[in-house]
Amino acid sequence: MKILMLGWELPPHNSGGLGVACYQLCKSLAKKNIDIEFVLPYSETHDTPFMTVTAAHPQGAHIVLADSGAYDSYKYVYEDGREEWMDIYGQQQVFEHAVGRLAESREYDVVHAHDWLTFRAGLRAKQVRNVPLILHVHSVERDRAGGQDGNPLVREIEETAMLLADRILAVSQLTKDAIMRDYAIPDDKIEVVHNSIDHAVIEDLLALGNDNAYKYLTAMKQQGYHVIANIGRLTVQKGLFNFLQAAKEVVYRAPKTIFLISGSGEQYYELITLSADLGIAKNVIFTGFQRGKNWRDAYQIADLFVMPSVSEPFGITPLEAIGFGTPTLISKQSGVAEILQHTLKVDFWDIHEMANQMTSAIQNDGLRETLLENARGELRTMSWDTAADKVHTVYHQHVAGVTA
Amino acid sequence: MSKAIVLYLHVHQPYRVRHYTIFDAGAKHDYFDAPAGDRTNNEDIVKKVAAKSYLPTNKKLLELLQQHPEFKLSLSITGTVLEQLEAWAPEALQSFQALTETGRVEIVAETYHHSLAFFYDREEFEHQVQMHREKIEELFGQTPKVFRNTELAYNNDLAYWADQAGYKGILAEGWDKVLGWRSPNFVYQPTYTENIRLLLKNYKLSDDIAFRFGNQAWSEWPLTADKFTHWLNETGDATNFNLFMDYETFGEHQWHETGIFEFLQHLPWEWLKKDSKDGNSFMTVSEVIDAHEPKDHVDVPQTITWADSERDLSAWLGNSMQTQAITALYELGNAITATGEWDLIEDWRRLQTSDHFYYMCTKYFTDGDVHAYFSPYENPYEAFIVFMNAYHDLKFRLAEKGVPV
Repeated sequence: MKILMLGWELPPHNSGGLGVACYQLCKSLAKKNIDIEFVLPYSETHDTPFMTVTAAHPQGAHIVLADSGAYDSYKYVYEDGREEWMDIYGQQQVFEHAVGRLAESREYDVVHAHDWLTFRAGLRAKQVRNVPLILHVHSVERDRAGGQDGNPLVREIEETAMLLADRILAVSQLTKDAIMRDYAIPDDKIEVVHNSIDHAVIEDLLALGNDNAYKYLTAMKQQGYHVIANIGRLTVQKGLFNFLQAAKEVVYRAPKTIFLISGSGEQYYELITLSADLGIAKNVIFTGFQRGKNWRDAYQIADLFVMPSVSEPFGITPLEAIGFGTPTLISKQSGVAEILQHTLKVDFWDIHEMANQMTSAIQNDGLRETLLENARGELRTMSWDTAADKVHTVYHQHVAGVTA
Repeated sequence: MSKAIVLYLHVHQPYRVRHYTIFDAGAKHDYFDAPAGDRTNNEDIVKKVAAKSYLPTNKKLLELLQQHPEFKLSLSITGTVLEQLEAWAPEALQSFQALTETGRVEIVAETYHHSLAFFYDREEFEHQVQMHREKIEELFGQTPKVFRNTELAYNNDLAYWADQAGYKGILAEGWDKVLGWRSPNFVYQPTYTENIRLLLKNYKLSDDIAFRFGNQAWSEWPLTADKFTHWLNETGDATNFNLFMDYETFGEHQWHETGIFEFLQHLPWEWLKKDSKDGNSFMTVSEVIDAHEPKDHVDVPQTITWADSERDLSAWLGNSMQTQAITALYELGNAITATGEWDLIEDWRRLQTSDHFYYMCTKYFTDGDVHAYFSPYENPYEAFIVFMNAYHDLKFRLAEKGVPV
């Protein structure tokens, strides 16, 4: 079975979880002899022996360079030497045309498109090849806009594509409910396929040893301090304003608490200002964006990991935290809450309860140990192969007569 | 009426904090040692400022002192810049010493670390003033008699302190809200004091040189020494024109190309020439205090400074990042001084330098351009982050010594 997979990013050129989820899903699908051509809007080399990665270029362009992350401006360099910068909305239109041309020359059984940036391209490919279109929804516009309506142009693309698609995969029941609510898509058109975690990634980083890069925090923990961490992008949907408000209450009760916020994003400076305005600047440490061991060490140094998201279609970070040995507190408004039971859970808006639970957790070693021990058991049962099984089944339901 | 120009120049460089991360905290304590070529490298900056400003300006000032026996000026030089000159630009330090050797250059007292300690830790403040006095005595062989606080931050409490400490004078901004209808061109006395005199900066005339000199859009551009002294001669009711400014005005804030050195060259000549009005002179801050009785008492209950359109401390303590950072730093004071460990105490003191808080200023519109020009950081938030990481490391060092933090 040959799949035309349309994505916007893959590791290591990813800015967030979407690229990782695509990569892991494809890796597991490939084990089932699914032949995947993964099409990206930019030219980079990827270490993906299990599938073909193709860059869909606009006509005449021979190179496309991402500015820094996959969601910034791209530079198109044409064969005649012209150069052109394009914003993200322009890019998804260019991608549509490029994918359309690609589809004219090759055979596919199914088109599988990840999130709104690739949806128009997916519709074009479906039209050209007359094959089923499966949309994979990692987030809807309302999620990215932190519960607001968001960009009407993006909503229009999402709505049209979802109406015209043959099937929709949602990364959680929460996301499925959002699709039904925001776009009036019927229940039976949407399949929930929860994301998972690649245990090998955790194992590889654990193999780097116990030495922790946060020497200061290590020393402070010996002085009786506790560390509460959040790791992720600093954007509106992540709920960090509420987190800092709750942090102030925790510091009032337990002054020896340090909040470690690791990541970058458009709220970075606002959050620094807020921590100072709340009078807890010396209890909040911002590390900026980190990769590799420094990224692992933020999870490992923490006594508690908190994901306070306003809207989190899935949310892989608590699973990473558990993998690295840290118990979690997560918002109920997250997809991962549907598959993770041994965690503290709180409504993202309930600042007092968030503070209450954080304070209890850092003051109660037994609570943290029990949470972690049981959550590790849950984590062991999770696998991308389970997600790939579900996707595989959906492919088959739509490709009558084609065998894998 | 005889009139004097009281030229007072302030020389200062901070120890800038390098790009110091949370991963450095607890691992390295080299907050001030940026790699060569980095915007926060203190050695690079001091060498550059020495070449562009200190050496050419001092050469000019020494010539003027030699050419005009009546030419005099006052300087304040912080401990942090003196140390850096000793380490990286000894010839610039010698050029300052050559000025004071003429006997016509007076050094003004201040805090060694250019800090705002007066407002946070009185004992620490007095310690830094004493450190500065000893450094000045060691390098220049004179004991300062007139006091200036960091950023000319001034209020009645400070005047009272300086009076009790035995200073004969103190410097402040001649801000309209303080002066009312009065002119800055006289000697005053602070309220609630016994002996001390107050010299107020004539900000209009001072800023004509320090800020507006090279601005071609300014209606008075180009400013010549002839025109400038003409204004002073035409000012009838005055005894002293207090021209207070950053030393780095010459060659650094106003580049050589603006003609600032030619202005300096001609200023004494124009002011002292025979056909101008009788009795024109230059005086140091102590001389003008000795020469005139105070005209009036000046009451300054609120703190004023010489910065920005507000003339308050808001450039340093105007947002919560700044107040949180400075409060956190001074909270460590007792624990750090109690260790008696010089390296730790000195690093803590270097972090008190007001520049660190200035870099965190977010007042970005009318004043912001000035702030951005003086900051080696990308933005105020980066300045805050590196400072707080250094603060965390101070805590780490205390913990290492068994001090509860």
